[in-house]
Amino acid sequence: MTEFNRRLFLGTSTAAFGLLAAPAVMAAAHGKPRVVVIGGGAGGATAARYIAKDSDGAIDVTLVEPSRTYFSCFFSNLYLGGFKEMDDLGHTYGVLASKHGVNVVHDWAVDVDPDGKMVTLAGGSKLPYDKLILSPGIDFVDDAVEGWSVAEQNKMPHAYKAGSQTELLKAQIMAMPEGGTFAMVAPPNPFRCPPGPYERVSMVAHTLKANNPTAKIIIADPKEKFSKQGLFQEGWNKHYAGMIDWIGADFGGANVSVDADAMTVTIDGEETKVDVCNVIPAMKAGRIADMAGVTDGNWAPVNAIDMSSKANADIHVLGDSSQQGDMPKSGFSANSQAKVCANAVRGALTGSRVFPAKFSNTCWSLIDTDDGVKVGATYEATDEKIAQVDGFISSTGEDSATRKATYEESEGWYSGIVADMFS
Amino acid sequence: MAKTPRLLASAAALFLAVAAQAEPDLEAGAKLFSKCTSCHQIGSNTKKRVGPNLNELNGRIAGSIEDFPYSKSMTKAGQEGLIWTNETLDEFLADPKVYIPKTRMSYRGMKDPEDRLNLIAYLNTFSANMASHSAGDPHDLDPAILALVGDKEYGEYLSGDCKTCHQADGSAEGIPPITGWPVDDFVYVMHAYKNKDRNHPVMQMMAGRLSNEEIAALAAYFADLEE
Repeated sequence: MTEFNRRLFLGTSTAAFGLLAAPAVMAAAHGKPRVVVIGGGAGGATAARYIAKDSDGAIDVTLVEPSRTYFSCFFSNLYLGGFKEMDDLGHTYGVLASKHGVNVVHDWAVDVDPDGKMVTLAGGSKLPYDKLILSPGIDFVDDAVEGWSVAEQNKMPHAYKAGSQTELLKAQIMAMPEGGTFAMVAPPNPFRCPPGPYERVSMVAHTLKANNPTAKIIIADPKEKFSKQGLFQEGWNKHYAGMIDWIGADFGGANVSVDADAMTVTIDGEETKVDVCNVIPAMKAGRIADMAGVTDGNWAPVNAIDMSSKANADIHVLGDSSQQGDMPKSGFSANSQAKVCANAVRGALTGSRVFPAKFSNTCWSLIDTDDGVKVGATYEATDEKIAQVDGFISSTGEDSATRKATYEESEGWYSGIVADMFS
Repeated sequence: MAKTPRLLASAAALFLAVAAQAEPDLEAGAKLFSKCTSCHQIGSNTKKRVGPNLNELNGRIAGSIEDFPYSKSMTKAGQEGLIWTNETLDEFLADPKVYIPKTRMSYRGMKDPEDRLNLIAYLNTFSANMASHSAGDPHDLDPAILALVGDKEYGEYLSGDCKTCHQADGSAEGIPPITGWPVDDFVYVMHAYKNKDRNHPVMQMMAGRLSNEEIAALAAYFADLEE
């Protein structure tokens, strides 16, 4: 009976699905409809919370996340700058379980069987689903930077998944010799948090200015330009004059190799001995997306209307792993996409009202104390992609009160998004 | 939280009745504020006085300035959800000791509703998030827009966009609370952003893409939200 209904479900187009009142069919098949969410970050935690909260127990929600404490990648640069403690960035999943009834499983998902609609965990358990939501964040492309692999990440940290890597990078910065060199290998597009590497440079410069003012920062960048470039470069000249050397693609920034044992970085044939090297390699969708068969190249293409995979209507992909169109890969974007997805998934499983997809994003960056900037946009779903509707960016030359207000606003946003994920 | 919505509602009715009669006179408001200056400062370079500074008052949680020695009753009112808005300020200023029994503010109250309207309008010029809201003049809007009855369920969905920054429980840490506002105020403010009468790039963008019905839906949802 179950098998028959699943075939019926699979074989029915989305439009006809609603007309046939399929949710009742599904309920008859195996009790409550089941949603499994893989990844407990800005996309996954938000999706799990909204589906559980808004369905009032009508949907069984399981969240699979290996970490017991989530350290937000957003704001982790502020830890490097000394503006936040690591504890400020750590959040746990208890309230999702106790208040909203989410079944939180701290394990790795190691396989997805899209035909049998089953997730396998590293511990051996199997989780059946009616709808699967993948929000695994990023993994790194193998051999993206010559001489670097994850095996070298303790010598040359990426610190692009927050937590121990971020702490390691900070410790290395603090241990730099007087007048030493901090190098960053920046990633090619598309990557998580477009302003992230440049906010990081600002925060590292802030820390060095106070502790090691003759230190230098070099950035090897495979891109010709970067997010909020005018704002960052204005800020670097203002606060950290002479400290930061950005080497873009036009000057050989794409031609980079590193040697983690020798602690050297070679940019366009010129080798430099460095004291800290932050390698941020090219990125791709978290590996579980590959296993679920929803990736095409490095990312997982999705339909803008509900974040469902273009390869499989019962698998949704959120946040960094998804290839959706115009939205940047950010925590804010993932959170926004999660709410659209949650509404659509609930509608498909329980017949609740489904509303038009609307997305938004704002990225705040801190350049120096009370010098915050932001960029943001709104988006809508088209047949082709998530398309930008409107947008804004901070101006160069803004007064200090505006910049301070922008920073304070970013702190408010941090509290807000964390509450929207975990409270 | 149980107490506040009722207070907001009754105060809103009173306030709107006044707002309908008169345009606020900021100059008159500034003169009235001279009665307050012995205890309260406003504007740049404020120092701590007997009373808390009144910058960014509109939208502030009552009793929420750190390290200021409020009365227990004022702190408690804030913890229970009292937020200073045009309406709550109006009711408080009319008779402080009745609105917040045992408040330390030794002021007998401002009896004339028009005076209160002018004073609050003046105070609002020092609240960046309320600057264009100073008049509290929802009646400037097309009555047809104010008459729209919001679809709360749609509002709940749309509110996902708001809640990334504005916390559902009304907490405010760098971003003003939007929970529990009277519907007309909410609609007025969102249209002010939409029309770019209020300056905030994120809010102008967010409100800019909302239809009149969507704004009404959000207003209806947030007005009654208790989480």
